[in-house]
Amino acid sequence: MTELMKLDAVSRRFGGLQALQDVSLTIGRGEVLGLIGPNGAGKTTLVNVITGVHRASGGTVIFEGRDITRLRPYQTARIGIARTFQVVQPFPELSVLDNVSAAALFSNTGVGVREATRFAREQLQFVGLAAMADKPASSLTLAMRKRLELAKALAMKPKLLFLDEVNAGLNSAEVEQAMNLIRQIAGGGVTIVLIEHLMKVVMSVCSRIVVLHNGALIADGTPSEVVADHHVVEAYLGKKYAQTATAGA
Amino acid sequence: MKLGRDLLLFGLVLLLGTLPFFGEAYTLRLGTFACMYAIMAVSWNVIGGLAGYPSFATAAFFGLGAYAGGVLLAKGAALLLALAFAGALAFGGAMLLGAVLLRLRGHYFAIASLAVGEVLRELTNTATNLTGGGMGLNIPLGAMTGGILGEATFHFLAMWGLLLLALAVVVWIERSKLGFGLACIRQNESAADMIGVNATLYKSLAFAFSGVFVAMAGTLYAAWVHYIEPPDVYDILFAVKPIVMALLGGLGSTVGAVLGAFVFLGIEEVVWRNYLQVHTGVLGFLVVVLLLFLPHGLVSIGRRLRTGRAPA
Amino acid sequence: MFILQILANGIVLGCLYACIAAGFSLVWGVLNVINLMHGSFIVLGSYLAWGAYNSLGLSPWLTLAIAAPLFYAFGYLVQRGLLNRVIAAPVLVTLTLTFGLDLILNNAMILAFKADYRRLILEPALGTLAMGPVVVPVDRIVAMGFALVLTGALYLILRKSRVGRAIIAVRLDRDAATLMGVRVKPTYAAAFGLGAAMAGCAGVLLALIFPISPLSAIPYLGKAFVVCVLGGLGSVPGAVVGGLLLGLVESFGAMAFGPEHAVTLSFALLILFLIFRPQGLLGKRGFE
Repeated sequence: MTELMKLDAVSRRFGGLQALQDVSLTIGRGEVLGLIGPNGAGKTTLVNVITGVHRASGGTVIFEGRDITRLRPYQTARIGIARTFQVVQPFPELSVLDNVSAAALFSNTGVGVREATRFAREQLQFVGLAAMADKPASSLTLAMRKRLELAKALAMKPKLLFLDEVNAGLNSAEVEQAMNLIRQIAGGGVTIVLIEHLMKVVMSVCSRIVVLHNGALIADGTPSEVVADHHVVEAYLGKKYAQTATAGA
Repeated sequence: MKLGRDLLLFGLVLLLGTLPFFGEAYTLRLGTFACMYAIMAVSWNVIGGLAGYPSFATAAFFGLGAYAGGVLLAKGAALLLALAFAGALAFGGAMLLGAVLLRLRGHYFAIASLAVGEVLRELTNTATNLTGGGMGLNIPLGAMTGGILGEATFHFLAMWGLLLLALAVVVWIERSKLGFGLACIRQNESAADMIGVNATLYKSLAFAFSGVFVAMAGTLYAAWVHYIEPPDVYDILFAVKPIVMALLGGLGSTVGAVLGAFVFLGIEEVVWRNYLQVHTGVLGFLVVVLLLFLPHGLVSIGRRLRTGRAPA
Repeated sequence: MFILQILANGIVLGCLYACIAAGFSLVWGVLNVINLMHGSFIVLGSYLAWGAYNSLGLSPWLTLAIAAPLFYAFGYLVQRGLLNRVIAAPVLVTLTLTFGLDLILNNAMILAFKADYRRLILEPALGTLAMGPVVVPVDRIVAMGFALVLTGALYLILRKSRVGRAIIAVRLDRDAATLMGVRVKPTYAAAFGLGAAMAGCAGVLLALIFPISPLSAIPYLGKAFVVCVLGGLGSVPGAVVGGLLLGLVESFGAMAFGPEHAVTLSFALLILFLIFRPQGLLGKRGFE
């Protein structure tokens, strides 16, 4: 399995707070990697540092063999890294279609408006929002907005896709739908990093899990390894979950 | 529909160009101001309405253009050269300054852009050898035929031509990738970053476009009035009036900006003629009424009449 | 020593600037409204002091006691009646609205008082105080003292009084404050009222030192801006630090470049701070 991204001792400080501490990990091409940990562990910060929203205070980020540590968000967008936001960020005045076309247009060089719109329609079709194409983005329900976020990210033709809590606020039927979509995306060759709190999702979809706690990586392995790791149990899962998980495994 | 509106806009402005056939010097003077105001409002709309950054730099650009062009004119340069120079200086300066200033948002950006004008005014004041400083700058009358009417016609047509150019460029921006990107930036700048919009570049371009035609209008103004002083052309009101005009017409709309400019000029003329003592007060009163009762501008009246609903 | 005199001038000026800016900073920090009438409020306060002294023989120190509640009420009404309607609107709208209101106010003042400069001359004159190599006019020292007292009073009101604590709560988290039972509208109006009261009182003090005219409104406003950016928004200590910094910069700047460039210097400093440290010396990043 080839290495798509490598993080080497990445750190990030905010004033007195060490949000990320010497985080080192590799992401293999084609993986579905779960990134879990308690609230405030630094998961979103990690994505922000990788995509260039925040500058790393230390360490390097390497993507496809190239050092991208100093790249700004619009640049990481153009080399094939996409992410969704925990709190969805649509362009409220634009239509659903225009939201996705914008993503296709600006992240792919050499693409004209017509082609971007056509590609955008395909993504809307894929996530099941084709019927809402001409409605303003502000009129969508939360579940639909999450799918819009997904469509936008896909319109960027990403090689590496960070999904930040796509399931927050969704009921179990909606979660099932989201998971199917994710499996299909992964099946299409996109490498996915899934930030999640729902353990059942993580366990069923991810091939590997890394655990972040207080800005540091405390575990990195297969789902069954991670669930049995006592550091993880103490910091995040709780004994009861660990017992039921290992009993069922 | 949008195309129809743009065509109507151009049609109206083209019609305005026939003014020399009907008007005498005074009407032409008004017409020149109308075009100048429209240039300012339409230009401001690019950074304030499209990009969503409340710029108070219009006075800075106007003064810069008046002096940059004025100094060249005073040294005997041709008008076209002076215009080109003023425009290029404003565009380049705005690109450079914009990259720094546009990191600020909201109030902070507003103040910074206002402060730029103040600093430029002071610098112009002190550079006495170049600009005449507080004693003002005299721009010689060009060789012109036709007497007063001929001169008035020339200046009107020049400002009108500049308005047409500005409108063409701004409408092109609105329909282009740049305009699309600016709309994204306005609605959600972090999301725009994440989908690959180079926000710094786009904002700087918007800022530059918001300044280039205003600067050229400043040069035309200097050539027109023949004498300029720093407090005249860097007047803080030149920073605020375009905003009021754009708000009056409808924020974000080029048609609205032109409409707002013309209506504003009309009101200003009436007030100046009849209520000179209280004209700033009346202006203030109009601003207050406008913002409290017509926050979406004149174009929203049309929308309201058609749909029977107030806009969101 | 000459330097000490400049330093002393800078400090006296700085305390006055802190008083000018404290109310402005409060309104900006809490309501996210830049009150462009602030300068005119100050000038109005100066006229009040001048009128009270020349017609009623009231000393400016007493006029302070009248100015505070008068301007508070005025500010409260303006906010409650007008500004509150657009409180949720974008920055552009509130800025332009207060600009329009200021045009009205300023025009009214010019009509009522004419634009020529007046001076409030105390009789008998208070003289000067010599402390070693430094000489300071007594009226300035007293004004500085009152300025500090007023600024301190504002600080205490914000910290200790019920209204003050409500203002701070609303600033920190409006929704949480509402959940705690704080009524937002009156709180906003109170904050604006306090800002106006500070401006009016500052005007009373400034009447002793600077000539009075509606034309001074914009320069005062400019000073308030610079102090807020230098010191940091929404905090009284920020206004004090910013005020002192500006006072010192102007004093030393006048010595180095000449007094006519003092304003340009302060604006250049403003731009530098906005670029490199927009939160000011004491402020925290965030409020836009």
